[in-house]
Amino acid sequence: MEIDLSQFHQVFFEESFEGLDTMEQELLHLEAGSDLENINTIFRAAHSIKGGSATFSFKEIADFTHVLETLLDEMREGSRPVTREVVDLLLKSVDCLRGMLTRTQKEEDMGDSHIELINYFNELLSGEAPQEKDDAVEQEVNLSLSEPQDQSPWTIKFVPESYILETGNEPLRMFRELKAFGALDVKANLEKVPDFDELKAEECYMSWDLSLDSEIEIEAIKEVFEWVEDDCVLEIARQEKTETQAEQNTQEELTAEAFDTDSEAVVEKTKKADKPVKSQPAEQDKPASSQPQQKLVSVKKDVPPKTEKKTAASASIRVGIDKVDTLIDLVGELVITQSMLGELGENFDMSKLNQLISGLSELEQNTRELQESVMRIRMLPIGFVFNRLPRMVRDLSSQLGKKVNLEIKGESTELDKTVMEQIGDPLTHLVRNALDHGIESVEKRVEQGKDEEGTLILNAFHQGGNIVIEVVDDGGGIDPDIIYEKAVDKGLIQPGTDIPRDHILSLIMEPGFSTAEIVSDVSGRGVGMDVVKRNINNLGGSVEIHSELGQGTTFTIRLPLTLAILDGQLIKVANEVFVLPLVSIIESVPLTMAEISTIAGDMKVYKLHDEYVPIIDLKDEFEIKHELTNVSDGLLAIVEGENRRIALRIDELLGQQQVVIKSLESHYKSIQGVSGATILGDGRVSLILDIVGLAKRASERASRKRERVA
Amino acid sequence: MPSEIMQVIQNQEAQLTDSEMISDETGSQFLSFIVGNEEFSVNILRVQEIRAWEQPTFLPNSPEYIKGVLNLRGTIVPVMDLRRRFRFKNFEYNATTVIIILKSQYSDKNCLMGCVVDAVSDVFNMEESKIFDVPDYGSEIDGRFTAGVMTIDGHAVTLLNLENLLSLDLIDHPYAGGQVSNG
Repeated sequence: MEIDLSQFHQVFFEESFEGLDTMEQELLHLEAGSDLENINTIFRAAHSIKGGSATFSFKEIADFTHVLETLLDEMREGSRPVTREVVDLLLKSVDCLRGMLTRTQKEEDMGDSHIELINYFNELLSGEAPQEKDDAVEQEVNLSLSEPQDQSPWTIKFVPESYILETGNEPLRMFRELKAFGALDVKANLEKVPDFDELKAEECYMSWDLSLDSEIEIEAIKEVFEWVEDDCVLEIARQEKTETQAEQNTQEELTAEAFDTDSEAVVEKTKKADKPVKSQPAEQDKPASSQPQQKLVSVKKDVPPKTEKKTAASASIRVGIDKVDTLIDLVGELVITQSMLGELGENFDMSKLNQLISGLSELEQNTRELQESVMRIRMLPIGFVFNRLPRMVRDLSSQLGKKVNLEIKGESTELDKTVMEQIGDPLTHLVRNALDHGIESVEKRVEQGKDEEGTLILNAFHQGGNIVIEVVDDGGGIDPDIIYEKAVDKGLIQPGTDIPRDHILSLIMEPGFSTAEIVSDVSGRGVGMDVVKRNINNLGGSVEIHSELGQGTTFTIRLPLTLAILDGQLIKVANEVFVLPLVSIIESVPLTMAEISTIAGDMKVYKLHDEYVPIIDLKDEFEIKHELTNVSDGLLAIVEGENRRIALRIDELLGQQQVVIKSLESHYKSIQGVSGATILGDGRVSLILDIVGLAKRASERASRKRERVA
Repeated sequence: MPSEIMQVIQNQEAQLTDSEMISDETGSQFLSFIVGNEEFSVNILRVQEIRAWEQPTFLPNSPEYIKGVLNLRGTIVPVMDLRRRFRFKNFEYNATTVIIILKSQYSDKNCLMGCVVDAVSDVFNMEESKIFDVPDYGSEIDGRFTAGVMTIDGHAVTLLNLENLLSLDLIDHPYAGGQVSNG
């Protein structure tokens, strides 16, 4: 029975792509200051990909990474200086590898784009360090080459380190691969195997002498052992036939087939027992265990059998181990509560009623917490999207001959995975635009008295139940006059139309609009901003542009958090409970102590420091039916959103809690002043207030009032 | 006109046997329920579930027939009181009051709406051909909400037009925006 290797392909691809991301990030850091640890990390990632691809016989990838690794090895040893040229080359090869992996995943033809890079690598390697041109491996592996025309069988002495199984390597698999080359004899050396009592299942005590009758080159054999070359003593040589034959009979032997069936049986047993037997050797062939440095656990969204392997990759997410630990804790609590209730149910009488009630409420609590933390697993820090931008900024700025410093803030802001997947492209577009059109060339900046290095800031934070992502540049800004002319040119607006300044800027997001004087390679074909706008609108979000000529441009993306979590302050108005985003609250004062004045006839305002803040009575604003209350009862909550402050008149402040935001729009309409809803501890729905919306309502009503008066 | 009366009786008998049949390939199954003093029905395939009455969470500025929203296993579902929607005068919330969760399509999206009715009544089979148009004589209920009338056990049952009844466009909610079609 052959183990189907393809079932591990998915894991390999995921890990490889992650490895590439790591490499890319580390390479970018490499420029700033060359640290040996950086290079080591890159090396490890490359090594894992090489080993993995060799295991799965993705030969092109393995070959390619091998050359890459050789170069990295030189850097690690310090024999090759870290230059921008080398980093560029390595970054290019990361791209190339990514492409190769993608094509392999889709089972497409590899193409030959990588050949060119390999040649370039070889040139670079041979040019400066010719003795290292061949495998770096050769120094670590003891080799005794003999003449290839000698057709006697290969003898291979393979003495793995005891921890070899823990690294995810399975000698059996390698032997089987060797067998594919020709007749293979396997002799296992069991001398070091201890007594059964002392035997540790996860350690390998055996070594092997193999004899392979084949005409293959030594490289092919080495390739089989590529993955373990650092973890074993390996001797490969051509030897006299007679000698090997003689030895064979004297020693205890184990044929490959016999070993094969044995370990299959172990797997079968393991599966049947349904208990994870600790580190059975045969189970170790998952490459997953080979990356202990990553403190993350991969959670599979769906674990289908082996169907549809060839089609697109099944979605999976990586989740911080702390979130999974929380889940495990919660399940533990649930089990305890459940057994407590079960015991209670076995001999129940009315005297235990109170116990039952408290048990049930505990069960409810556990269940709800469990539900919430499962949902939290879908939330990922936005850093996942942000992290792919430094590379792009680096490439683009050098391509455009500009100097740009990228600042990233709020990477840990969490948002739902689905939202995140769709925000990547619009964000990339905005950053490209900012680099291409926003930030000026070095000469121009110096001319205008600015720092020659432009600044691009990416910022993310939660606000009023939204996630806000800002892309800020300190470039030339957008000239509304040029936009206006252009819009007239393109027939988007009638000449002479009077449009407010803010609206003029948003014209650049109309289809078919491009302001770049020269259509460059980077952006400016007029298909950018409208796509950005459409994508964001599709997510239920909005884009705002703010620009000061000569000072820079700020794009503000506001996205709803369909599943996001918010720190909420529960408030009570009449008999209704609402949630205020905690971040929006500035202060709260009892009405009796509040300094309230009436201005402009009938508008009540609260004096906050040097500012008059309009008061909104939520009961009136929301038309909540209520009994008349004392005017001085209750309190004012002063809240802020988008630089607008309002004072909400409420009855009571209740507790604070994290709430999971749910969309009202999934089955109903959006309501101005409400950003969403959540489900409280008792299972009831509570609405989350949107400060900006409330402020807009109030001011719009005021302007309607003015119109009526006028 | 004895022959006409005979005809009606025969029709009714035919319907009786129809309603007693558990599965009828030619007709559809309907759920009937009571609102005010009348009986209404909807195609049973549009019913997701029936829940006991509970006070939903108030929605700001809602028209009086929108009672609010409730938590349906984690989704927020609006609740409409059909008695208010049909402008009936007397109603109370008692033990038989239920919320029927109905499915509808809104801009290519599956939406849910809870409808408050006084009581559920029956499930029966009915052929399409035995559903008649509602005579338009200025009924109290908005004509857009009714799709037809049929006879069950000798009394009239109004079939509701769920496309209109559940349409979010026909709900006039101040300060409410359009539904954002996210995906």
